[in-house]
Amino acid sequence: MSDTHQKEIDQLSGVETTGHEWDGLKELNNPLPKWWLYLFYATIAWAVVYWVLYPSWPLISSYTTGVLGSSQRAEAIAAYEAGVAGRSEFADKIVAASLDEISSDQELRQFAMANGQAAFGDNCAPCHGTGGTGFIGYPNLQDDTWIWGGTMDAIQTTLLYGIRSDYDDTRFGDMPAFGADEILSDEEIDQVANFVASKAGLETDDGVDLAAGETLYIDNCAACHGDALEGIQELGGPSLVSANYLYGKSLDAIKTQIHNPKNGVMPGWVDRLDPATIKSLTVYVHSFGGGQ
Amino acid sequence: MSVWAKHKIFEKNTFVLLIGILVAVSVGGIVEIAPLFYLKSTIEKTEGMRPYTPLELAGREIYVREGCYTCHSQMIRPMRDELERYGHFSLAAESMYDHPFQWGSKRTGPDLARVGGKYSDAWHVEHLINPRSLVPASIMPGYPFLANNRLDTRDVAQHVATNSLIGVPYTEEQVNSAARDALAQATPDSDAAFEFEERWPTATIRDFDGNPGEVTEMDALVAYLQMLGTLVDFSIYDNQANLR
Repeated sequence: MSDTHQKEIDQLSGVETTGHEWDGLKELNNPLPKWWLYLFYATIAWAVVYWVLYPSWPLISSYTTGVLGSSQRAEAIAAYEAGVAGRSEFADKIVAASLDEISSDQELRQFAMANGQAAFGDNCAPCHGTGGTGFIGYPNLQDDTWIWGGTMDAIQTTLLYGIRSDYDDTRFGDMPAFGADEILSDEEIDQVANFVASKAGLETDDGVDLAAGETLYIDNCAACHGDALEGIQELGGPSLVSANYLYGKSLDAIKTQIHNPKNGVMPGWVDRLDPATIKSLTVYVHSFGGGQ
Repeated sequence: MSVWAKHKIFEKNTFVLLIGILVAVSVGGIVEIAPLFYLKSTIEKTEGMRPYTPLELAGREIYVREGCYTCHSQMIRPMRDELERYGHFSLAAESMYDHPFQWGSKRTGPDLARVGGKYSDAWHVEHLINPRSLVPASIMPGYPFLANNRLDTRDVAQHVATNSLIGVPYTEEQVNSAARDALAQATPDSDAAFEFEERWPTATIRDFDGNPGEVTEMDALVAYLQMLGTLVDFSIYDNQANLR
């Protein structure tokens, strides 16, 4: 601001000066461009409009909510519910239908497959692989080896409550640590492992007493894995004559598993995924090729 | 006229101008920031929140140390696609004991705000050691050393004490027994685990890394990951109550 508030007009340009003077030079006080100035006023006016329309000013325990009643949370929930509603035509039918009905109805099956694929990619693929081919310790869902059953009902139960998860209804099977807990001696583990390997079509060590191994097997293993090593799905005892072993099909892997077994965990999804998605996943997984 | 004449004081004294700028900027800051400390919608109470156990806090420090936050956020934003994929949007209260928070605005990997319970412990261990053994397309680096590094419990005790100092409501007992509790949470069926359970009734006691012999940094990190987003019970949370 100027020291003196008398207008001083520059002789040459006819424009008012600011009154500042530096070594004889004076600054012209040209007005701001009109378009700029009016835009500036317009933004101020818009701010006032915005305060009225949208949440803006903080008050004592809340804030002005604006006449539009806008809320990001409410909008997100509404958008989410709109998405759910968009799917509900089929999702409701899926919830109401039995798994067999979904599988045999072309329309429902198509929806279940698309829905299942999306859910599988995010929730299941990290362990079972993008195509459901699994990894060591994470079952292959494409083959016909099923530990807990490959019927649609069995798959759905596994999906809902998981395996060795925190749910009361979870599937639970606990293979004892025959070596680590000293239930069997190293020699006995060798014998029973070789017996299993011989039945599974693997090469066995020389000079191991397979007959003794069979006796040990009947006494210790058959209760869960079956007399003929065929597996007992109700107990989660895997078949030992199947093409795939969860923890690797080799004599060494068998010995390791008998000595100090891994008991893999699958989370239950009943609280994380909605019923239509669980059913869709069931149909999707069942369709991989191994479904029974 | 007279008001403008007084403005001369600011223009002619740099120090007064400086003070003036600070006052003007603080007003803007206070108007925007201060309400967040008392508005109902930003300090809503939720059922279930508790401070991190010593082991989880240690895992959190490892999470920060290894820079997990540079690729993973921990904030589910209120948008449809996020709700579809990750679940309920994050609440302010869910980060109430976070120092510092891990919200983040960049995701190279997925959001982890609700990763707890989504995968098994064994999966986390294997995935942290070598991500590509389970997710072939992953570009996440491996952290195999975590499984070999014994957890430094002296650090843990200090972290708990520091968090307590800046307002996390640990009881005196919880602070004093932090080092012991950090080991106890990963050592099920021990006497220490029994005492831990009394101090932390809602925490999970497990051998997280599948190596019962010792408590490693892997135990801590997996314990932390497995509790992320699991504390608030959303079946009883009322979205509408705090909308306005």
